[in-house]
Amino acid sequence: MITFVKRPEPSKAWTIATPILAVILTMILGGLLFAAMGKDPVAAIRTIFWDPLFNEQFAAYSRPQLLVKAGPLILIAIGLSLGFKAGIWNIGAEGQYIIGAITGASVGLALYPLDAWWIFPLMVIAGALGGFLWAMIPALLKTKFNTNEILVSLMLVYVAEQILASAALGFLRNPEGNGFPGSRNLSQIPAMSNPELITGTGAHWGVVAAFASVVAAYVLINKHMLGFQIRLTGESPRAARFAGVKDKLLVVFCLGAAGALAGLAGLFEVTGPAGQISIDFGAGYGFTAIIVAFLGRLNPIGILLAGLLLALTFIGGELAQFMLGLPSAAIQVFQGMLLMILLAMDILVNYRVMILKKEAS
Amino acid sequence: MDFGGINPVILLASLMVASTPILLAALGEMVTEKSGVLNLGVEGMMIFGAVCGFIAAIETQSPAIGFVAAAIGGAALSMLFGLLTQIFLTTQVPAGLALTLLGTGLASLLGQNYQGMSPPRLPDMNIPLLEDIPVIGPVIFQHDAIVYLSLIMVVVVWAFLKFTRAGLILRAVGENHAAAHALGYKVKAVRFAAIGFGGAMAGLGGAYISLVRVPQWTDGITAGIGWIALAIVVFASWRAGRVLIGAYLFGGITVLQLNLQAAGAKVPVELLSMSPFLATILVLVVISARRHGASNAPAMLGRIFHTS
Repeated sequence: MITFVKRPEPSKAWTIATPILAVILTMILGGLLFAAMGKDPVAAIRTIFWDPLFNEQFAAYSRPQLLVKAGPLILIAIGLSLGFKAGIWNIGAEGQYIIGAITGASVGLALYPLDAWWIFPLMVIAGALGGFLWAMIPALLKTKFNTNEILVSLMLVYVAEQILASAALGFLRNPEGNGFPGSRNLSQIPAMSNPELITGTGAHWGVVAAFASVVAAYVLINKHMLGFQIRLTGESPRAARFAGVKDKLLVVFCLGAAGALAGLAGLFEVTGPAGQISIDFGAGYGFTAIIVAFLGRLNPIGILLAGLLLALTFIGGELAQFMLGLPSAAIQVFQGMLLMILLAMDILVNYRVMILKKEAS
Repeated sequence: MDFGGINPVILLASLMVASTPILLAALGEMVTEKSGVLNLGVEGMMIFGAVCGFIAAIETQSPAIGFVAAAIGGAALSMLFGLLTQIFLTTQVPAGLALTLLGTGLASLLGQNYQGMSPPRLPDMNIPLLEDIPVIGPVIFQHDAIVYLSLIMVVVVWAFLKFTRAGLILRAVGENHAAAHALGYKVKAVRFAAIGFGGAMAGLGGAYISLVRVPQWTDGITAGIGWIALAIVVFASWRAGRVLIGAYLFGGITVLQLNLQAAGAKVPVELLSMSPFLATILVLVVISARRHGASNAPAMLGRIFHTS
């Protein structure tokens, strides 16, 4: 008979090994799924995970895309990981991302056609502030009225999507766009654009911010008192309260930081790769970032790697759609499976597997 | 009798139709939560049920088989959540999120060849005599079988939890799993059953959207209704009767805003579309502000049960 015995401390070895095992297992199960859909599983997995990086024909286009897609994922996931560590569940990053893009773009477009160096930095601040304020809604409702932050932050995603539609069709619509929905193309306005900084890498300011956030989160979690309080609250809320942790302040900090980072991600996206506010601007980064945060074990370095991997599945998924006719939903299933398998494997981190011989007891 | 182009009788009748998916899903989730399990995957189970029901109904040309398939599909998906949380002892919040992500993906994968098709129509089942009562007849007694089923389920769930031994055990497991275990009840088996019931009800609710309310298959067809259902369980303080009130309240807001959009009211369309979500937040705030500490939530909600 197999039983699980709780480990006094999570196993370090399994903490690192399980994400890798989960990826491999997901590849196998994903291959079976693709085979069931009548696609060659080996070719599909190779197209998703190998060709974007190493196929001579595609790599020139795909490699820069890796950082373009990973940037927002990492930026958002770093923010989410702080809250998740403390047991504060912000699952509305998608909304904070959208609002950040809208506030940032609004500030920029309000100043159009002014051309000055300080416009872009101002937009960055506005984007972060927009995401921050949007996240303050669930945060303050939680601290004031003890309202469930999971539901409120998620409901606000749907609200944000409606605001986005109203922006693209109404208050931010390009007045010279012949009536088409969507704002002016920000990436083509020098004062507002977020260009590729080093040609051929895909790295724009959002990618720089993502790397900076990884470093900042690493220092915060490992070296700073606040990081310790976050970890303590997650592991034992009661002990944290006795230790004098201000739990309300922690809620505000974790949600606020996540909102600001998601808002930043939205701003960098709308001024760079996306280029404009359009109805379909929300591309699901906010939800995929949840997978990134868990796959990265809520650890900044892990999130960096997980962000790159999930970015790869997006790019490889597009490639497989184009080359093999693999439907884009298959990648969504693949990502969902990855999270499920990873969560299932958590048991190896927290429990010891024991095989008991049947004894007459 | 029209008010600004909106006929109140038709409005109330369509309110019942709009509320049915929310009511079914919320009732199922309430039972799951009563056993101490928080399954945030309602949206995923609903949309998976919606696609299963749609495909089965198209292939067999029978709406009844569609609804059965939807319930089975929703329950099957929920078993993945059961496996994760009960056997692999995963934290329930991320497990539920994972279920929603997976369910949404699976649904859009399965449904891609069924877009634009029309499902067989679920016939109305007018109740003889009662349907002839003026106003009340058309509002309450001229609906399809699933609307009645959802109302019957409110009574069934209420009676099950209040009067039956099995219901008492389920509540015991949700209030104190260690004690229930010590008394010899199979905590995990009870929870698996409750999760499965929640999944089946969510699946039914989803199929009601794709087969009756819309009726068509499009990606993301449930559009957040699963999350509203979760909020309604909180609003209802885990009571079946109040789930009914909550579901009808939100069905009402949905129908009213759709009617206002159609009637060309001078309110931005986006504001109307977001109103059910804003109302949900408002209600959650009011409920959580009013309740001072003593919450009616099952004591073991979200806690992992493990014996070693």
